[in-house]
Amino acid sequence: MRQLTVISGKGGTGKTSLVGSFAVLAENKVIADCDVDAPDLHLLLHPEILTKQEFKGLKVAVMDKTLCTECGTCEETCRFNAIASTEGSGYAVNPARCEGCGACVFTCPQEALSLKERVSGYAYISKTNYGTLVHAQLNVAEEASGKLVTLVRENARQIAEKEGCNLILIDGAPGIGCSVIASLGGVDLALIVTEPTQSGMHDLKRILSVVEYFGVKPSVCINKYDINEEVTEEIEAFCREKGIEIAGKILYDDTITKAMVAGVPVVAFESELKSTAAEEITLMWHRIEQIIQE
Amino acid sequence: MIISVASGKGGTGKTTVAVNLALSLSNMQVQLLDCDVEEPNSHIFLNPVIEETKPAQTLVPTVNYELCDYCGKCAPACEYNALVVVPKQQVMVFPELCHGCGLCSMVCPQDAISEEPRKIGVIKKGRSGDGKIELVYGVLNIGEVMATPLIDQVKEELDPAKTVIIDVPPGTACPVIAAVQGSDYCILVTEPTPFGLYDLKLAIAVLKVLKLPFGVVINKAGIGDRKVYEYCAKEGIPILLEIAHDKRIARYYSEGVPFVSEMPEWEERFARIMKGIKEYVG
Repeated sequence: MRQLTVISGKGGTGKTSLVGSFAVLAENKVIADCDVDAPDLHLLLHPEILTKQEFKGLKVAVMDKTLCTECGTCEETCRFNAIASTEGSGYAVNPARCEGCGACVFTCPQEALSLKERVSGYAYISKTNYGTLVHAQLNVAEEASGKLVTLVRENARQIAEKEGCNLILIDGAPGIGCSVIASLGGVDLALIVTEPTQSGMHDLKRILSVVEYFGVKPSVCINKYDINEEVTEEIEAFCREKGIEIAGKILYDDTITKAMVAGVPVVAFESELKSTAAEEITLMWHRIEQIIQE
Repeated sequence: MIISVASGKGGTGKTTVAVNLALSLSNMQVQLLDCDVEEPNSHIFLNPVIEETKPAQTLVPTVNYELCDYCGKCAPACEYNALVVVPKQQVMVFPELCHGCGLCSMVCPQDAISEEPRKIGVIKKGRSGDGKIELVYGVLNIGEVMATPLIDQVKEELDPAKTVIIDVPPGTACPVIAAVQGSDYCILVTEPTPFGLYDLKLAIAVLKVLKLPFGVVINKAGIGDRKVYEYCAKEGIPILLEIAHDKRIARYYSEGVPFVSEMPEWEERFARIMKGIKEYVG
C-alpha cells in the first residue's frame, strides 16, 4: 500500500482542488482529509457519514470556584497564560489557552483545580461517489490538531487494509507545524503544490526542508504557472538543481473555481468548454502514479 | 490599538491585507507582527533591514542522575508522555512531545529535574526600507511542532504605543488563538468561494469564543459566487473592503511588491478601514 500526501506550506495554492480531482482519477484508494482545522474536501466530495467518533485531545483544567481563595498560585504556575484574574469575577481558566498539563492542579494549595477530559473534535468515516473518505473536524479554538491528524490516518490505514486498497490519498494542512508533520510520517510521496509568487517560492523552500527532514520523497506541482512565468522558471530551476521532479504544471483556469462553486472536482465537472486545467491535472495524476511506485 | 488579520482558510490574502494596511497608515507609528511563524511572508513585501535576531526558546527537562532514584513519579505526571523512566538506568526525555509546562520538575521528590532552554526558532526585528514600519516576525525551526510558544514570544515584542497589526496564521486551532488573543479588532480575509465561506464561518466561530469584534475583507472579488456576501448580510457582518480579482494586483503580489505602493488610489481605501475600526472600537 502506498501513501501520498498533498501539502503546500503556503495556503490557498490549490491542494484541496487537486486532491478532489485525484479522488476521481485514482482507483482503489482511501481518501483522507488531514486538514482538520479547516477541512474543505467534503465540499467537493459530499460525504455520507457512516461513523462519527469522539476525539479526546488534551485535557483541560477546571476550577471549583467555591474552593478558590484567590491566592494566585495557579496564575504563577501556568506557562501558557491560561489562568488570569479579572476584577469582580476572580480567577478563571481560559480553555482556549489551557494545554491540560496539570501543573496548576499540582500547585493549588486548596485543591480547587482538577483536570477533565474534553471532546476536542470528531473523526468521521464516510462514503462518497469516489470511495471511502476519512475526515475530521477539530472544534474551534482547540489544541492537538496533530493528534487528530494521526487518528484520521490510523482510520485510513485500517480501512485500506480491510478493503484491500493500494493507496491512501492525503490532503494536508497549510504550514509546516504539528498537523503537517503528522500528515507526513511514513508516506511514500509528498506532492508540494506551489504557485509562482515570491511567497510561494519562499514557502516551498521551507516545506521542502520539512519533507526532507522526515525523509519523504518530494515532488512539485506548479499551480497557476502562467500568473508569473519568470517565477515559474525560478521554481523550475530550483527544483532541477535539487533533483526534484515537477510532476505537473497547471494553467490558471477559472473552471477550477466554477467547479468548486458547483461542488464538483474539476476533472468531473461538465463544462461547455474543454478545461485545460482538467487535462493537465489528469496528465499529472498519471505521472504521480508512476513516481509513487518507484 | 491592536488589529489582527486572520482567515481560517490559507491563501486568502491575510499578508496582502496586513502589509498594505500597514503601508497605508502614513500618519501613524505602525508595528507589524507576523505571527505566521510556520510560513512568515510579510518580510518578503516589506524588505526590512533586520536590526536584531534572537533565539526563541522553550524549556525541556534535564535529569541530574546523581539525584535521580528512578522513583518514576515524573513520567505519569506528564500529560504529553514526554518522559519514560527505565528503572535503575535512564529517564528518557522526548523534547518534541514536551510542552514545557514544568510539572515534572515540580513533582520530582529528589529535585533531580531541572529545565534547560531548547531553541524552537528565531525572532527577527527590523524596519522596512523607509523606516516607517517596525516589523517583528518569528521563524519556526524546520521539523519543530511547538509553534505557539514562538508566537507568544513574537507578541512579547508588542509596542502598545503604536498601531499594531498582527498577521495571523491560517486555521482555527491553538496558533490562531495565540496570535489573535488580546486584539481590539480582527479583520477576517476571505474569498467569495465555497471554501472561503466554509472556513470564514469557522474563523468567526473562533472569534465568538474569544468575544472579539470583527469585519470582513473580500479578496479576489469577482470570482466564485455571491454566498459570502449573502452570509455577511444575513449575519450583519460588516464588509470592510473588497479587493477585486485583478491581474495587476496578482502580478504585484507574485513579485513580492505591496500593491498600494504601485496603485496609490488604494492607500485611502485601506486607511478608511482603519478609520472605521477606530470609530467602532472607540
